[in-house]
Amino acid sequence: MAKIKALKCKECGREYPVEPLHVCEFCFGPLEVEYDYDEIKKNISRDKIKKGPVSLWRYVDLLPVENPTVGLNAGFTPLVKAENLGKELGLNNLYIKDDSVNHPTLSFKDRVVAVALSKAKEFGFDTAACASTGNLANSVSALAASAGMNCYVFIPSNLETNKIIGSLVFNPVVVAVDGNYDDVNRLSSEVANEFGWAFVNINLRPFYSEGSKTLAFEVAEQLGWKTPDAVVAPLASGSLYTKIWKGFNEFKKVGILEENEKMPRMYGAQALGCSPIYKAFKEGRDWITPEKPDTIAKSIAIGNPADGPYAVKVTRESNGDMEVATNEEIIEGIKLLARTEGIFTETAGGTTIAVLKKFAEKGVFDKDEVVVAYITGNGYKTMEVLEGHLNKPIHIKPTLAEFKEKVVGQTINK
Amino acid sequence: MAKVTVRIPTALRRVTQGQGEVQIEAETIAELIENLEKEFPGIKERLVDETGEIRKFVNFFVNDEDIRFLQGKETKLEEGAVVAIIPAIAGGAK
Repeated sequence: MAKIKALKCKECGREYPVEPLHVCEFCFGPLEVEYDYDEIKKNISRDKIKKGPVSLWRYVDLLPVENPTVGLNAGFTPLVKAENLGKELGLNNLYIKDDSVNHPTLSFKDRVVAVALSKAKEFGFDTAACASTGNLANSVSALAASAGMNCYVFIPSNLETNKIIGSLVFNPVVVAVDGNYDDVNRLSSEVANEFGWAFVNINLRPFYSEGSKTLAFEVAEQLGWKTPDAVVAPLASGSLYTKIWKGFNEFKKVGILEENEKMPRMYGAQALGCSPIYKAFKEGRDWITPEKPDTIAKSIAIGNPADGPYAVKVTRESNGDMEVATNEEIIEGIKLLARTEGIFTETAGGTTIAVLKKFAEKGVFDKDEVVVAYITGNGYKTMEVLEGHLNKPIHIKPTLAEFKEKVVGQTINK
Repeated sequence: MAKVTVRIPTALRRVTQGQGEVQIEAETIAELIENLEKEFPGIKERLVDETGEIRKFVNFFVNDEDIRFLQGKETKLEEGAVVAIIPAIAGGAK
């Protein structure tokens, strides 16, 4: 346990033992894992990382797990140099961190769940649970199945059909709650009070959320132990975004990055129909006014984002900015990434690309700056949002004549 | 005065001697906090900050609705209402 000292309240600094706790008993502030960075610095090196597993577990020295047992193939997803999209946006060094192909359930949630359930096993839990907008439920269901744990997932009942099927196939108990994600979250908090389950994003949240740091570690390693100049990432609860920032900073703190390595500017993306963090940032507030979400980007539709205040702070500190995308812009963002880079993302990724485009058009990036956009989920899970927005197949009889008339005539030399 | 049920989160149960649910009489959330303090000394400073505002990470729900969508601390309580105190689920970076 040498690398972890305690859990510590981010607000008042009170310390707690390393247990499945997530709230400070005194001020209700969130608890965070407190590491012994001097100890970690002695153990970690670029060479050791490179020799580690081809997964997020190569960074285990900076994760709150002693013995990884769940999600052993999660992470280490491609960092794609986006030449075509870069050309359209006037950016010579644009990269896509592509977590749409994460293992095993095709979203960044496989990272946080790998960490949370490995920790849950260490604590001796036999039942996994979560409150989810879909991707997390998929990941918890799959990884709990592989870990031989019982599983309960709580989702809003209006989720995309494929995301529900994508959990059910692993045979968890799926609880579809009449309400939005914030209702599901509130209910799950109360359930977590009563039942001794490993709620990955509630009582295991201090450990769970640390998994997102690996999105920063991987990008830095894939860029040749460098940070990007700018990062564009989606904002839902604000946790992923703040942990990416923390990851880059930690990598520098333990000597993996050069001492003079500059930290990236952080750019946050929200859907216009659910943008409480964006509004707090733009209005110069430190607190979040909750909203009732109304957007097609359901995976990031959190109206009461608990890490919102921290996301606002990180954006200010890093000299970044935030933007919003309309439903139409989100669809266009999905299509733009698919058309230029051959990557099919879901609505959260569409939001990120739409916002990346807005910032590029505003000229906030120098054309040679290294810009990384985080694509956190897969489009095959939310295909229904594209209905009516794509070309139709060309139907023909199996004859050459019809092929020439209907296909060649309409698509070649057009 | 309206008698309401207050659901207490795990993080506060040390103050309520382990009780997960308590009955309190109050007309508004502000009054509820004062009356909770009379019954369970020490609970108020956990719920509100030095300026008397509800702490950033404390959420109050009246009959399942966030009081920030109602009238905040001045939200009126009806006889038999259920008030849930729930910590915001955060856990971001420093």
